[in-house]
Amino acid sequence: MIQSSSTQSFAQGHGTKGGAQVAQTLAQKIISRAAGVPSVQVGQVLNCAVDLAMFHDSSGPRRLEPMLKELDAKIWDPQKVVLVMDHYVPERDEDSRKILHITRQVAKQWNLPHVIDSQGICHVVLPERGHLKPGMFCVGGDSHSPTGGAFGCYMFGIGATEMLGVVVTGEIWIQVPKTIEMNWTGRLGRGVMAKDMMLHMIAQRGLNGGEYQAMEFTGQTIQALSMRERMTLSNLSAEMGAQAGLVAADQVTLEYLREAGVQEAQLEGFEFWCSDLNSSQERECFNASELAPQVAAPHSPANTKPVDAYSDVAIDIAYIGACTGAKLDDLRAAAEVLKGQRIHASTRLMVAPASAKDQRIAQEEGVMQVLIDAGAEVLPNSCGACAGYGASFEENMTVISSTARNFKARMGPASVQVYLASPYTVAASSIRGRITDVREMLS
Amino acid sequence: MSQEPTDITSDGLTFDQIPWSRVWSLGPQIDTDALAPGAYMKFDLPTISKHTLQGVRADFAQGVRAGDVIVAGEGFGVGSSREQAAGVLVHLGLKAVIAPSYSGLFFRNAFNVGLLLLTCPQAPEMKEGQLIKVMGSKVWVDEHHELPCEPIPDFLMEMVRLKGLVNVLKLRKK
Repeated sequence: MIQSSSTQSFAQGHGTKGGAQVAQTLAQKIISRAAGVPSVQVGQVLNCAVDLAMFHDSSGPRRLEPMLKELDAKIWDPQKVVLVMDHYVPERDEDSRKILHITRQVAKQWNLPHVIDSQGICHVVLPERGHLKPGMFCVGGDSHSPTGGAFGCYMFGIGATEMLGVVVTGEIWIQVPKTIEMNWTGRLGRGVMAKDMMLHMIAQRGLNGGEYQAMEFTGQTIQALSMRERMTLSNLSAEMGAQAGLVAADQVTLEYLREAGVQEAQLEGFEFWCSDLNSSQERECFNASELAPQVAAPHSPANTKPVDAYSDVAIDIAYIGACTGAKLDDLRAAAEVLKGQRIHASTRLMVAPASAKDQRIAQEEGVMQVLIDAGAEVLPNSCGACAGYGASFEENMTVISSTARNFKARMGPASVQVYLASPYTVAASSIRGRITDVREMLS
Repeated sequence: MSQEPTDITSDGLTFDQIPWSRVWSLGPQIDTDALAPGAYMKFDLPTISKHTLQGVRADFAQGVRAGDVIVAGEGFGVGSSREQAAGVLVHLGLKAVIAPSYSGLFFRNAFNVGLLLLTCPQAPEMKEGQLIKVMGSKVWVDEHHELPCEPIPDFLMEMVRLKGLVNVLKLRKK
C-alpha cells in the first residue's frame, strides 16, 4: 500500500534462497496468494490484498469516519468488512451511548452488509457467522485478531489509522514472518486446557517472545482440541507478541465451518492451506501430559507458574469472560467443576459468555443453570471488564480471571490484583475462595 | 562508536541546528494500557494524554515538553491495538521513542500516526534527563558519539516526515 514497488527487503532478512520450489509454511502460502506472487521469502516486505477487514465500536466507525471524510474516500468493498459492537455494549453512560450511536449511524451510511450488534465479542462472532475460511488473509482492528488463525487464516491486529489505509485501498504491507512452530504431543490431563498451554508458552518465551512472527501450533495435542480451544491458543498468540497464531485446517475445522453455514464449495481445496513438510524456520516441542494448570500473577501474562505456587492467594472475584476465556468450552469447563457446588461466601463469580450463540447452547445443555445455581452472576455478551473500557473492578480487589491480559490498571484501579488462569481454575477457586488446583476437585 | 556527524539530516539541518532532546528513562515492557489507560479510551487524545503513564511515571504527562524523547527497555508498547497509545506521545510532542525492541503492533501504529521509533540495542545506556540529538534515524549522545540504531525502511521514514499515514494517503490521491 505504501511503497510503489511490489517487493523490498528489510536490512535483516532470514530469507531462504532458491526460488519458487522452496518449501513454504502456511503463513508464506497465504501471504504469497494475497500478494499475487508464486512464493515469498522470510523478511521480504510486500503489499497484500485483504480478504476481510473486521473492526469494532471502539476502533471502527468513530475513528474511521472522520479520517475517511478528510480524505474524501469510500470503503473499498463493504462486502469484505465486518463491524461488531462489543466494547461499549451495553450502553453504560452518555459517552458509551454516543459512541454506539455514531457506530450504528455510520454502519447505515456506509451500507455495511455485515453488522453484528451486541451478539458477542468480535473474535468469536466472526467465525460463528461463517466469515472465516482457511487460506484467507484478514486484518482486525483489535489486538486479539490472531484468533482467526485457528481457522487457518492469516489474521492480525492493526490500529485505526492503518485500518483506514485498508478500507481505502484494500491493501496492507507485511514483512513475511518466519514461522515458529509450537509442537505439542501427549494428552492433556484432566482439568488442563488450551489456556494453560498458552500461559505456559508465554512464560517460556516472554511477552514479546513471538517477535512479531507467525506462530503455528502443531502436533497430536492440537489436533485433539476443539475449534474453540484452538481459538484460545491463537487468541493468546497476541500476548506473546506474535503477529499471527495459526492452526492448519482439518476435519474439526470443517465441521465447525459447515455448522457455521459455510458452503461446501468454499471449503474445496482446504488441504493446500498447511505448512509443507519441515518448512518452519524454528520449532519448539512441548509435552501436554506433563502440564499442570497454570496461573499468571499480576501484572503480566508472562508471570506464569504452575497453580500450586499461588495456592495461598485469597480471592474476592472469580471472573469468566472475554474472547479468551468465556466460549462454550470454557463455560462447560466451569460447569463441570461447579455442578452441585456453591461458591465461597466471600467470593463473587461473574460469567460473561463470549457470544449469545455460545450462551444459548450452554443454556440448552444445562450449563448456564449449573453456573447460576452455584451462585454465578451472568453478565452481557461483551468485552466487559476485560477491556476495562467501562465495567471494571473496584479498588483493592483480588481477581482470578479467565481473560487475556492482567496489566496493571487494565481491569480497574492500579490496586486491583488480577491473576489469569483457565476457567477450570477460576471455577475451582470460586468455590474455595482462594486459588485452587482444580485437579483436587475433579475425581 | 566515534564518528563525526557531518551528514545533513533528512530535515535539511546540520548537527548544530538540531535541538537537544531531554531523555525520559523508562523500564522494559511499558504496555499500551499504561500509555492510554482504558478508562479514558472513550475520550479524545488531549484527554487521554493527561493520563499517559500515570501508573508508571506520575510526573510524565505534566512534565513532558515538546522535543523530549522516551528511552525505554525491551518490548515497548506491548498489549492492545489501541493506536491512541502512540497517538498520545505525538500529541505530547515527543520527538521519538528509543528502545531495544517494540511490540510489532505498536511499531506499525506508531509510524502510522507519525511517531518515530528507533530500535537501539544500547538504549538503556542513556540516563534520565540526559540531552541527546535525534537526527533522522540516528541518535547522537554528543558531537562525537552515535548510538547505532537499526535502519528504518524509507516508506516508514516518509510516514514520519509527513506526520502519518493519513497524509501519505492524501498525497497519493492527488
